[in-house]
Amino acid sequence: MRHIISVLIENEAGALARVSGLFAARGYNIESLTVAPTEDETLSRMTLVTYGDEMIIEQIIKQLNKLVDVVKLLDLSDGPHIERELMMVKVKAEKNHREEMKRMADIFRANIIDVTDCSYTVELTGNGDKLDAFLKAVNTDLIMEVVRSGPLGISRGVKGLGL
Amino acid sequence: MELTGGEIVVQALKDEGVEFVWGYPGGAVLHIYDAIFQQKAVQHILVRHEQAATHAADGYARATGNLGVALVTSGPGATNAVTGIATAYMDSIPMVIITGQVPVPFIGSDAFQEVDITGITRPCVKHNFLIKRVEDIADTMAKAFYIARTGRPGPVLVDIPKDVTDPNIRIPYDYPKKISMRSYKPVEKGNTRQVRKAVDLMAKARRPVVYTGGGVVLGEASDDLRELIKYTDFPVTNTLMGLGSIAASDEHFLGMLGMHGTYEANMAMHEADLIVAIGARFDDRVTGKLAQFCPNAKIVHVDVDPASISKNVRVDVPIVGQVKPVLKDMLKFLKARKTGPDKAALKEWWERINTWRSVECLNYANSDKVIKPQYAIETLHKVTRRRNFYLTSDVGQHQMFAAQFYPFEKPRRWINSGGLGTMGFGLPAAMGVQQAFPKATVACVTGEASIQMCIQELATCSQYNLPIKIVLLNNGYMGMVRQWQEFFYDGRYSHSYVDALPDFARLAETYGHVGMTIEDPNDLEAAYKEAFSLKDRLVFMNVIIDPEENVYPMIEAGKGHHEMHMSPHLSAERELA
Repeated sequence: MRHIISVLIENEAGALARVSGLFAARGYNIESLTVAPTEDETLSRMTLVTYGDEMIIEQIIKQLNKLVDVVKLLDLSDGPHIERELMMVKVKAEKNHREEMKRMADIFRANIIDVTDCSYTVELTGNGDKLDAFLKAVNTDLIMEVVRSGPLGISRGVKGLGL
Repeated sequence: MELTGGEIVVQALKDEGVEFVWGYPGGAVLHIYDAIFQQKAVQHILVRHEQAATHAADGYARATGNLGVALVTSGPGATNAVTGIATAYMDSIPMVIITGQVPVPFIGSDAFQEVDITGITRPCVKHNFLIKRVEDIADTMAKAFYIARTGRPGPVLVDIPKDVTDPNIRIPYDYPKKISMRSYKPVEKGNTRQVRKAVDLMAKARRPVVYTGGGVVLGEASDDLRELIKYTDFPVTNTLMGLGSIAASDEHFLGMLGMHGTYEANMAMHEADLIVAIGARFDDRVTGKLAQFCPNAKIVHVDVDPASISKNVRVDVPIVGQVKPVLKDMLKFLKARKTGPDKAALKEWWERINTWRSVECLNYANSDKVIKPQYAIETLHKVTRRRNFYLTSDVGQHQMFAAQFYPFEKPRRWINSGGLGTMGFGLPAAMGVQQAFPKATVACVTGEASIQMCIQELATCSQYNLPIKIVLLNNGYMGMVRQWQEFFYDGRYSHSYVDALPDFARLAETYGHVGMTIEDPNDLEAAYKEAFSLKDRLVFMNVIIDPEENVYPMIEAGKGHHEMHMSPHLSAERELA
């Protein structure tokens, strides 16, 4: 099963390597991993997406907790939560395609954030399915470049991951 | 007090109560070595290879329960230490390893003797640090010691660039009295409700087995284990790492379990209805095939490391906590119950176990022509049993024979590399033990292959007058490799024959030690007696043994506990008793 796990980790050199190294060394799957400092600059927050059966996920969580740099973590999949991913897509936008691409961006509530005479860069936020749907809707030949952030997650309601 | 970086490192060691540091100097640690030179409280032991520094610190830690310290230089000094670090990591031994590093501005430039040792060791340390400012040394050292010692112990590496210990820079020294880390909070007591659940199962069990590992030794919980066993009348088996945590002479002791465990221990595990695992980690050498592991048993697991619980085997009652307080609680709750352990059921269970015992699975055919390794160990026990005795081991057949045939009565007396299985561990580990206990008798049982992996340490033993007794069971083969090749590769002994052996007795003599070669079983006891009477000398006993003796019983990798190969010496009928 797919799990999305949020990790608060000391913002220190090597902390990210400890997490990625753990997944590599123990053969755990890792689908995406995003990390950035938080409002408290001594802490980074990591969101990682992994999958495995119940026993493996339990091990992943225990092994993450065992890392000395990990302060706290939360398996967001245990409760209601929101996921968002950011994608930027550079598409060919020439002549008759320009109008079509603009319409497509509107339908998906995307923003066009860069324009040249032959290309658009489209910015799109949503859950993974929505981003997939956009890519599917656009003619493959028009797609020049895609970059995705991997999902970020936060739990719904008052409860959450904090110190 | 204003100190240089090098002095701060050494002062921190003093403040942590460190007596010995095993190490090897080099460019990046020269400032630290200069600080060591100018004091007396911390004694530095110069080894001949950095691997030995880590093993010696490790052996010291295992025997004393203190933390072991090693100091090596950058680059090759650090990489040579990695095997010893991984060895300590696998067996949860508290150690601090200080490595030199190239100066901070050179890091990442492929400088002379530069290696990313924090990167290299990340998967085999409990934690590691790279210090970049002299102001951070004291704090980091305190954290390193704290992390290494607490919770599930383990090695912590501290990498110190040369410019950080610059003798021209002095700063006030202030060593933290207490460490508190928001990201690291080791557990203490187990959850009482969980312990009560376990006790309920124990009171109802009809065929219980207590299975204990190195955690009982590390957690200093041997006395508590003995009391629990005495009160419950439960049978108890030890892993390789747990030997000595219950006295081998205790009637409740079934011997070691697992791949080369006893018939009674493995059969009891297989037929048990309750397993109480304490400070053990369900290693593959213990469990055999997981699908057939303890098929009828509920499992209680006590461990200080939550990640050890339900890692390999699904556990019914997990208890995260220090072994000692949990064992105390168990006994307290058991005693408070109206109904204790089921005496009638236990009587039946012990009868069943005693039929397995009567197989005498460790029985072997002795010889008066050639020394059998089993006899060599039994005789070693006979000669040393009344001594204050520590036995270290290398890895292979001799290790298994020692585990099977030397009955350990106390914890911390059996010192071997269980998890990593590091050949070359035995001699340097014995140096650490002997350094800690100069008056004790310390022996190292080894093989002719293992000993050659750290044989250079005979020089260290000369320099520091370490009167270790080396018992080399010399069969001319890498015995365990040869055994597997005999069983599983139709006797094709691919590269397991150790040709061109030196004359070990003479080799030992050139290092200034006493050498002996023993070939006749009738001479063995007298030779041992002579060797052990030389209490100020290292004696290297080259004991020529039967070249093709095998370790039995044996469970093939991937087989169940009930599928043991018994010694051909035992009849087929007895095997199925």
